[in-house]
Amino acid sequence: MPTRLRTSVGPRYEGIESAPTGRRSVLLAAASLGLSFALPALPARAARRRGVERPRSLLVVWLAGGPSQLETFDPHPGAAAGGPTQDISTVIPGVRIAADYPRLAEVLDRFALVRSLVSKEGDHERGQYAVKTGYRPDPTAIHPAIGAIAAHELPATGLELPRFIALGGAEFPSRGGYLGNEFDPYRVFAPGQKGQNLVPHVPVDRQSRRLGALDSLTRSFETGRGEAVRRTFHEHTLREALTLMTSEQLAAFDLDGESESVKGLYGDSDFGRGCLVARRLIEAGVRSVEITLAGFDTHARNFAGHTSQAKLLDPALAALVGDLKDRDLLESTVVLVMGEFGRTPSINPLDGRDHWPHGFSCLLGGAGIAAGQVIGSTDPEGVAKLPTDPVEIHDLSATVLAALGIDFAREVATLVGRPMKLSSGTPLAKLLRSEA
Amino acid sequence: MLPAIAAVVLVALVGAAARDPVAVRRRAQAASTETSRSAGATLSTDATVVAIDRLLAESRRAHGVEAAAAADNLTILRRLWLALAGTIPSLEEIRRFEADTAPGAVDRALTTLLADRRSADALARRLASPLVGDEKGEFIVFRRDRFTTWLADQIGANRPWDTTVREMVSARGLWTDTPAVNFITQAAANGVIDADKLAGRVSRVFLGARLDCAQCHDHPFAAWKQGEFEGLAASFAQAKLSPVGVEDDPARVHRIDRTSVAALATTMTGAGRNVPPRVPFGADWLGSGGTHRENLAAWVIHTDNRRFDRAIANRMWSILFGTAWHEPVDDIPDPGPTSSPDDLLDLLADDFREHGRDLHRLIKVIAATEAYRFASTHPDLESAEGAARVKATWGAFPLTRLTPEQMIGAMGATTSLQTIERDSHVLTRTIRFFRETDFLREYGQVVDSQGGSLPATIPQALVQMNGKFAREMVEANVVTATGRIAGMAHDDVARLEVAFLVALTRRPTSEERESLLPLITLAESKGRGLEDVMWTLFNCPEFSWNH
Repeated sequence: MPTRLRTSVGPRYEGIESAPTGRRSVLLAAASLGLSFALPALPARAARRRGVERPRSLLVVWLAGGPSQLETFDPHPGAAAGGPTQDISTVIPGVRIAADYPRLAEVLDRFALVRSLVSKEGDHERGQYAVKTGYRPDPTAIHPAIGAIAAHELPATGLELPRFIALGGAEFPSRGGYLGNEFDPYRVFAPGQKGQNLVPHVPVDRQSRRLGALDSLTRSFETGRGEAVRRTFHEHTLREALTLMTSEQLAAFDLDGESESVKGLYGDSDFGRGCLVARRLIEAGVRSVEITLAGFDTHARNFAGHTSQAKLLDPALAALVGDLKDRDLLESTVVLVMGEFGRTPSINPLDGRDHWPHGFSCLLGGAGIAAGQVIGSTDPEGVAKLPTDPVEIHDLSATVLAALGIDFAREVATLVGRPMKLSSGTPLAKLLRSEA
Repeated sequence: MLPAIAAVVLVALVGAAARDPVAVRRRAQAASTETSRSAGATLSTDATVVAIDRLLAESRRAHGVEAAAAADNLTILRRLWLALAGTIPSLEEIRRFEADTAPGAVDRALTTLLADRRSADALARRLASPLVGDEKGEFIVFRRDRFTTWLADQIGANRPWDTTVREMVSARGLWTDTPAVNFITQAAANGVIDADKLAGRVSRVFLGARLDCAQCHDHPFAAWKQGEFEGLAASFAQAKLSPVGVEDDPARVHRIDRTSVAALATTMTGAGRNVPPRVPFGADWLGSGGTHRENLAAWVIHTDNRRFDRAIANRMWSILFGTAWHEPVDDIPDPGPTSSPDDLLDLLADDFREHGRDLHRLIKVIAATEAYRFASTHPDLESAEGAARVKATWGAFPLTRLTPEQMIGAMGATTSLQTIERDSHVLTRTIRFFRETDFLREYGQVVDSQGGSLPATIPQALVQMNGKFAREMVEANVVTATGRIAGMAHDDVARLEVAFLVALTRRPTSEERESLLPLITLAESKGRGLEDVMWTLFNCPEFSWNH
């Protein structure tokens, strides 16, 4: 039976319909106190809980533009497809990755490495849609990105921060799709700063007068339109926004409290800072975090381009995984590292590689994932189009959802009543730990 | 962002700055009402409008719902501006409207609005989205703009909709000098035309049927079969891109080979078949002797193809009311065997066809219905059950959220007292500008067609409260409405009234006056006080929900 979407969203709006008496004073209260008022602070117990007992979170590291599998996690030095890229050994015996990733090589056993992803979309916009949602673009529905599904399905008691946060400017942002715009990610374009539009333009006394007047105009619009106005959730959204503006949890966005040595480990780059913020957000109880590193679309100068990307990605990703492990957060966090497709085994005249959705790589680690293994292989000579043990995108999304403990096959009804499965795929048993 | 906005705004304001900004341009107004008086004759007694009113009255009676009170004229004016021009009326437009005190002012305003290029442009943008998509990419955007401008030309000149559609489906030539072909080019990737995409768009926009669901499987609840979709797509197989643009090559065939990308996909069809053009119904409406596309175009617009007229009627209803008669707008029930006076879409479709597929008339007919002129208040809206009844019977005007584009338009209009976008291309440029800037990046996507009005998101609330644009908009200075209202009106009551007119297209009630006046009187200056007023108006639900 499909679950009505509005019902499933319901708990989030609790209080607005069940406690109409409180509503009137809420904005005034916010104004006069200038404080966080509606929700208790994140219960210390929940935030501090560690290990497998902790509620799960999803962390997607999105490599935008289509990273070359051959210059990252699936090098073929010396073979026709290999190009000049060299490889190095890793902590997983017999498994080698590109030489640009020495630090990742040391922690590769925290991940399962899939080298045989296949997608059907070779265009950036369509490709990222397919990979992020597990569905091909469909003119009749917008499917939610996996991060939005995680935010929708995973509990977030006491959280004042948005449940789905995207760090870094992605060209094609993830969408909440049929789950609703409220599951679009909260986007932070410059990681390390608090996030945009959180500070009122005016001092407290004026803000307070403004909110008081707003309350009165809202009442006035509600007159004669009661239910219709309540269904706009206008006031509820405003209240959540005001809560966020004054939340102490916003400190999670702020890196001032981190030592220079920790910051140094992640690297002095927006992406490095973003990864550190991502760790802090996960720690604060955010259920779904996505961080984007763009710049992998190397139709020209593929090798130089990938080397400079690796200088950003290698330290940040290694530090992130190490940090999550040290803080005992890795057992509750699924980490997915991938882009919209890979790049061609052939090298074009501009020393570039083009789009290739037929055999590309991703890293999958953390909660419930059977790490330390490699799945699939691509042809070093670049002749065979398809990899061995191909993994289809929708099965990967089902695997991630299963690792998060989400009922991936659950049907929810879209706004127009059409039932949709969260994932149309089947989890890959070998990627999941048996106890998960 | 500030300098660029200021530049856009200034272009239009410089000339106006010296004049009294709220002066009514009586000369222009006199001229425009004179010419439109006859054309603006009310349609409220038109047979189709009467039939629709009767149908809806019966429906209300059956559900025990009273009719809502009539909305006041300014409210209707705001609705019309949002629907047709994608913005709200400026103070100047409001003054002009109020100066026309003869009966039928709303009808005249509608006629004037339809003759305005801004409406053609905004309507074209609304219609273009499902026709040519919203994908990014420089070349794609160029071609889409070309197509949209062409479509706006057709809408502005009120060319019959069937003629316009025939051109889209069958035109040949270069994307630059035959803009209609961009309906075809927008479905091409890497030089290859995606026939499936075109068939999907034809079925959804022109037939009101999601035939493309049958691309991969038979439609779950309609009679469409996979083979029918393939046959429709095959009508585009001859089309190809060449140095002379889009042309038709009789030698080309539609070949289905769904195993080409990944052999591991479950293929529900066998590999490698040639599919001939085929239509799912009404085969005798097909043209003959032309290209496959020309034959298909003749079928689509055939006067017996009632789906064609019902589809545009439903879409126009959606543009005017903010929500379609049947949601989703592109998946409406099959028509009955014959046209029925009990089917609202049949009433509109028959009228549309009998009047030469006249889009302007279709808009006027819908806007003349009682339902369109109901208030959005209703006693039954106090309870959830009552609200459901009201909604089902269109017993009150529905509340729908402004599209991001309407939001931009409304914000632009609120910033200024004059119609800054008197020249439509300025509005178009403004929208284009915002599409490409932080505003939409922070506010959300332009895509708004998911069938249903979605609540605002937290980031949207934050943009409206604390965003850069919100600050620039409410800031009291020489170019903003806020600054000019603060400086000009006689007293605080008058200032408050102008602020309400500018932002909400109405005057404050006495309670509102009482609760908002202190914002001005207690403030350190009139400017600061007006900023607080404008901020409040801009953030209240009434601003961002069409009502």
